Amino acid sequence: MNKKSEGKRNGFSLGELLSGEQASLVIALAVLCIIATILTPVFLTSTNIMNVLRQTSLIAIAGIGMVQIILMGEIDLSVGSTQALVGVFSVWVLNATGSIPLAFVAGLALGALVGLMNGLLVTKAKINSLIATLGTMAIIRGVAFVSTGAVSIQAKIVEFETLGTGYIGPFPIPVVMTLILFAIFYYILHHTAFGRYIYAIGGNVNAARLSGLPVERLKIIVYVMGSAFAAISAMVLAARMSSGQPNAGLGFELQVVAAVILGGISLTGGVGTLTGAFIGMLILGVLNNALILLNVSSFYHEIARGAVIILAVYLDGTRRRNLQKKLIKATE
Amino acid sequence: MDTSIPTPTTSVRNPATVGDAPVIELKKIHKKFPGVHALKGVDFDLRRGEVHALMGENGAGKSTLIKVMAGVYDFDGEYLINGETARINKPLDAIQHGISVIYQELNLVQDLSIAENIFFGRLLTTKTGRVLWSTIYEKTAEYLADVGLKVDPREKVRRLSVSSRQLVEIAKSLSLNAQVIIMDEPTSALCPQEIENLFRLIERLKARGVGIVYVSHKLDEVFAVADRVTVFRDGELVGTKPTKALTTESLISMMVGRELSALLPKTAPVLGENVLDVKGLTTEKVTRISFQVRKGEIVGFAGLMGAGRTELTRALMGLDRRTAGSIMLDGTELPPNDPVKARDLGMGLVPEDRKLDGIFPDLSVKHNISLISLRELRKRFGISKTLENEAVDDMIKRLSIRTPSSKQLIAKLSGGNQQKVILARWLIKKGMKLLIIDEPTRGIDVGAKAEIYKIMDKLAHEGMAIVMMSSEMPELLGMCDRIYVMAGGGITNEFKASEATQETILSSCID
Repeated sequence: MNKKSEGKRNGFSLGELLSGEQASLVIALAVLCIIATILTPVFLTSTNIMNVLRQTSLIAIAGIGMVQIILMGEIDLSVGSTQALVGVFSVWVLNATGSIPLAFVAGLALGALVGLMNGLLVTKAKINSLIATLGTMAIIRGVAFVSTGAVSIQAKIVEFETLGTGYIGPFPIPVVMTLILFAIFYYILHHTAFGRYIYAIGGNVNAARLSGLPVERLKIIVYVMGSAFAAISAMVLAARMSSGQPNAGLGFELQVVAAVILGGISLTGGVGTLTGAFIGMLILGVLNNALILLNVSSFYHEIARGAVIILAVYLDGTRRRNLQKKLIKATE
Repeated sequence: MDTSIPTPTTSVRNPATVGDAPVIELKKIHKKFPGVHALKGVDFDLRRGEVHALMGENGAGKSTLIKVMAGVYDFDGEYLINGETARINKPLDAIQHGISVIYQELNLVQDLSIAENIFFGRLLTTKTGRVLWSTIYEKTAEYLADVGLKVDPREKVRRLSVSSRQLVEIAKSLSLNAQVIIMDEPTSALCPQEIENLFRLIERLKARGVGIVYVSHKLDEVFAVADRVTVFRDGELVGTKPTKALTTESLISMMVGRELSALLPKTAPVLGENVLDVKGLTTEKVTRISFQVRKGEIVGFAGLMGAGRTELTRALMGLDRRTAGSIMLDGTELPPNDPVKARDLGMGLVPEDRKLDGIFPDLSVKHNISLISLRELRKRFGISKTLENEAVDDMIKRLSIRTPSSKQLIAKLSGGNQQKVILARWLIKKGMKLLIIDEPTRGIDVGAKAEIYKIMDKLAHEGMAIVMMSSEMPELLGMCDRIYVMAGGGITNEFKASEATQETILSSCID
C-alpha cells in the first residue's frame, strides 16, 4: 500500500471495528430486553434481573475459560460433562469430609486434571480439539454416570448452598464471583504477556512457534484453566441444587460456545474481546430467562439454543469476511 | 460439469504474426477502493508476440491492473480486445477472450492430477456423462510436451515442484487457446536453471504470437526477457519504453522516482570471534551441516529450490527434530528441539514466507514488534505501556517503518514494511547474537530492498552475526562475506564472497 492511502485510512483500525461491533451487540441486548419487558412485565423486576445474572453467571464463569481456548484457535466441548462430574465429585468429598473448602479444592483439582487431559490430547497427541474434547465429553459424562449409578448425591451440609444461593449485599454470590474473575482475566488478557501470547497463537500459530513462544505449554495451561473454570461453575450449580447430579450440564458446552462466539470471539482464533464475550453471554442469559418467563416448553429452549449457535457462527463468518474485504481493499 | 468454460474459436496458434495490432488495449483505467485511488487513469497495451514488462514498487497498482485485465475487478475506463470494446465483468469473460493469468501463488488443485487440473471444469465426456479419460490424458500429454514438461498427466499436482506447477499452469493457458498470458512474479520461486527454461518457453510462446504481460521486481530478468517496459508509480503511469532504450539506472529511477546510486550498501566487515559453531547438524531434511559464523559477519547460503536452505533455518532454530550434531551459540550449547531456548540465548529467525510464518495478521504493528520482548517490558504485574510504546516507537524510527501509527494492523502495511516489523521484533529483544534471515527481500520492492540491505549492513557493523538464505545471486554476492552452497540437504561448497562469481556458485549448485 502506498503512503498516501495509509494516511487517508488512518482513522480506521481493528479496535474501532470491534468497538463498533460491540455497540451492535449492546443494541441487540437492549432490544431483547425491551421485547422481553413488553411481553412480560415481570422481566424488569429487580428479583428477576438478579435471577438473570445468577443464571448467566454459570455460563460466564465457564465462558472465561472458553474465551481463552477459542482465542487460541481451539475448542473445548467437555465443559458440560465436566460440570456434571465435578459437581458429583465435590459433593461426595463434601459428604465424606464435612469440609466445604476441601470439597472446593478437590473439585477444582479434578477440573484441572480434566483440562490437563484435554490439553495433552490436543498438543502431544495432536488430535483436533473438536474431536478430542468430543471424546472426553462422552468419557467424562460416562464416568459421572458410572460412579454414581446415575443417581444424584444430596449434599449433607446445608451451608454448602450459600455458594449458589447466598448474597453479598444485594448481589448473588455467583454474580460477585463472576465479576471478580472477569476483572482479573480482563487484565490478564489485555495487559500481560500471557494474554498477548494467547492472541498471537490464535492469530498465527506458525509465526508463534518460529518466534519461540512455548505454544504447547501455553495451550495446556489454557486448557487446564478452562476446565478449572468449568469446575467452579459446576460447584456453583451443585451448591444451588444442593446436590451433585450426573446429568447436570447437558448441552451446557453448546450454550457456552454459542455465547462466546456471539460475543465476537472468532472461531478461527486470535480475534475478539472478553467484554464482547460477556455481552454475548448476557444476550443468551436474557433469552433463556425470557423463554422461561413466557412459559415456553423447555423442548423449545433446545431449538432456540440450536438456532442461536448457528446464528452466532454465521455472524462470525460474515464478520471475518467483511474484515478480510476491508483488509484486502486497504492493502490493494 | 461438461463445458462450462468454452474454448475460444479464434486460434492464435498459427504462424507468428508479430505486428503492431494490440491484443489488449486499456485506456484511462480508473480503479477506486474506499479511500484508495489505486489506478489513476492509466493506459496500457499489449501486442501480439511481445513480452511487455509491468514494473513498479509495491502499491504502484500492478496487481490491481492485472485483476482488471483478468475480470476480477470492475473499473472505469476503456478495455479493448483486438480493437473492439470488450465486456469483461468476471474472470470467465477474460478466459473466454483468451486471457490467462498465472498468479504468483498458482491456482491449481493440489490433490487432483495434472490432467484434471488442465481440464478443470470442462472434462470431456460422452453424451451419457462418462469421462473420456484416455483422450484427456493424450491431450494433456501434448500440452505438457508443448511446455517441455516430461511428467505423467496422471501425476498429482501436489507432487510437482513449484516450477513444474508453473509449467502446468502455462500448459493450461495454452489448452484454453490463450492469446494473452499474464505472469505475476513468475520467477519468485525458481532457481536460475528453471528461470532460463521459463525464458526459453516465453520465447517460443512469443514466436507463436502469444502476448505476455510480465510482472516482476527483478531488473535483470526484465532486461533479459521484455520487449517493452511499463512503469507505474502510486497508481499512475510513469511511462512505457522499449527495453533497448533503458538502462538499469534509468529504469530504477523511473520506478522509485529518484536515482539509487547503489542498491547494495555493503561495507567492509569488522569480524569478531565465532558466534555460531554448527557441527554435523542433521535432521530429516538436512544432513551433516557444519559451519561457523563470526561476530559481525554476514554468511549466505545459496542453492536451488529444495536444496534445504529453509530446512536448515528450521534445524538451527530447533523447529525440526535434530537427530545428530551440535549447535554452539556464543559458547553455549543449544539443547535440541527447543526453539524457546534458542530464542532466549539470542538466536532469531526471519522466515521466508512472511504471511504464513512471519506476521500476526490480527495484531497491530506495535503488538507484532513487542511480542517476544514483553518480559523485558514488564512492570510489576503487567506490560508497561510506557516502556512498550517507547521501545516500539524507537524501533519504528530506527528501521524507518512506514506506518501511520503503531496501532495500525500489520496486514495493512506493504511487504517491505512488514519485513521491517519482523526484523524489529527480533532487534527489540535484548542480547540478540545471531539473526537468520530467509530470503530477506522476497516480494519486496526496490526501494525497500535497499533499506533492508542497509539495515543488515548496519546490524553486522554493530556486531550481529547474520545468516541469510537467498536465491538471488546479486544479493548473495553483494551482501555476504562468505557463501555456502547447499544441494540435497547438505553443504557442497564454500566461497569467500570476494572470490565467488555468479557462475562458480551456480555450477556448484547443480553438482
